[in-house]
Amino acid sequence: MEALTNRVKEVNRKPMTFIERLYIPSIFKGMSITFSHMFKKQPTIRYPEKTREFSPVFRGLHVLNRDEQGRERCTACGLCAVACPAEAITMEGAERLPGEENLYREEKYAAKYEINMLRCIFCGLCEEACPKEAIFLSETFAPANYSRQGFIYGKEDLVIPNPLTDPEGFAKAKGPSRNN
Amino acid sequence: MTLLSLDMLLVLEKLVLIVIIVFASLGIALYTTFAERKVAAILQDRPGPERAGPFGLFQPLADGLKLIMKEEIIPNSSNKALFILGPGLAMTAALMTCAVIPWGSTVHLFGREINLQIADINIGILYVFGVVSLGVYGIMIGGWASNNKFSLMAALRGASQAISYELAMGIALIALLMTTNTLSLREIVVQQMAPGHLWNIAYQPLGFLLFFICAMAECNRTPFDLPEAENELNFGYHQEYSSMKLGFYLFSEYINMIMSSAIMASLYFGGFDIPFFDEKVLPQNIAALVGVGALLIKIVIFIFIFMWIRWTIPRFRYDQLMNLGWKSLIPLALANMLATGAWILYFG
Repeated sequence: MEALTNRVKEVNRKPMTFIERLYIPSIFKGMSITFSHMFKKQPTIRYPEKTREFSPVFRGLHVLNRDEQGRERCTACGLCAVACPAEAITMEGAERLPGEENLYREEKYAAKYEINMLRCIFCGLCEEACPKEAIFLSETFAPANYSRQGFIYGKEDLVIPNPLTDPEGFAKAKGPSRNN
Repeated sequence: MTLLSLDMLLVLEKLVLIVIIVFASLGIALYTTFAERKVAAILQDRPGPERAGPFGLFQPLADGLKLIMKEEIIPNSSNKALFILGPGLAMTAALMTCAVIPWGSTVHLFGREINLQIADINIGILYVFGVVSLGVYGIMIGGWASNNKFSLMAALRGASQAISYELAMGIALIALLMTTNTLSLREIVVQQMAPGHLWNIAYQPLGFLLFFICAMAECNRTPFDLPEAENELNFGYHQEYSSMKLGFYLFSEYINMIMSSAIMASLYFGGFDIPFFDEKVLPQNIAALVGVGALLIKIVIFIFIFMWIRWTIPRFRYDQLMNLGWKSLIPLALANMLATGAWILYFG
């Protein structure tokens, strides 16, 4: 009969020779293999102390950015919410009052901005849609939480620390490979 | 200080010795579980337990605490008395072996010569065999009393395995006893220490190999851990057990391992003898302590080999196990015995 594919392998059904039936040589061979593994380098990364480096294109938790003077860039235009395929983003806009120019960059700002991290698929389309470079994905991932409510991140979780008052927190939130 | 024509100081001395040896074996067994995990990890390129305490050294304590804190479940349909007896019997049988093992030569303390052996009985090795055969009752009773078909099947396997391999073990040992002419473990060790006399492994290499394989089977270690075949029997003979009863079963396996290592070291590797060194140049007490250390080192090496084999060789199938035992080991052991006998007859 002709074989259907060329992947068929003949199985060797010859009875074992005396040396093979002794098992001892193959046992010693196996034991030398396991012994040699004692001197191999372990690939383990000891997690809480050391973390694996993310690739530069990693898409993690969202951050709402500020400009150089520490003003929020978001204008609550809603383009990110429109772009979001998972419908994870909701927001409410508000008008900037006189005297708040040091808080918000433009006349309109997001009074409420929520991302549901359980819905989010971390595709980064919001980052691409944003005309103000206000939202980008950082290099951290959402930590575990006890309740579903805990995964709805509000402005207090998302807005980046002020670069003027907390430059260290700002740099940390931005991540080492993000410099836009 | 004699009461009932007994030397009470001797009784006290033996009691102290028993307490020390039992607790030392338990402590070593505790850390053997840790060593097992560590060796397994290193052979598989992993770090192993290293979080609890420095280098993970408190891990066995955490494991023990966990086992004790677990809920104690006794199945309703089990035979309660036997169910409780099982793990105790396994543990007792495992610990009883240490009574006849010569842990060292004599120590001179408080004006007394203290023999570092609980009982130097002249049928020592026969006693060991008797106690080791009792060990299978722990498995058998535990598996039967659980009223679980998997446990029962595992227990049956364990019993048949132990009986088959005890035969080959005994015949391998007879060849050794023919050369030593004594059954006392201490005398066997002292013979090997004598100048000009090599360790028994040099006279009985095949006998040692057979004894080693059978000892592995008696301890239910991989590749002979058929009573614990997880993929065929769920968990094995201790499936219904929980909490410290399960701990006793797991623990008795490690104590068995230590005891069989000690017996192999005594029978074939000179016991507390230090190779290429004359103990008589040292003061008596120091020589005895160094001897104990030498025996412990030999035990550790044996335990490492046990673990090394466990993490290399997969489990035998049941028919392979029986074929190996009855068709290979017993004929080999018989041939070894006949050859030894012929040697003694013509050259002895």
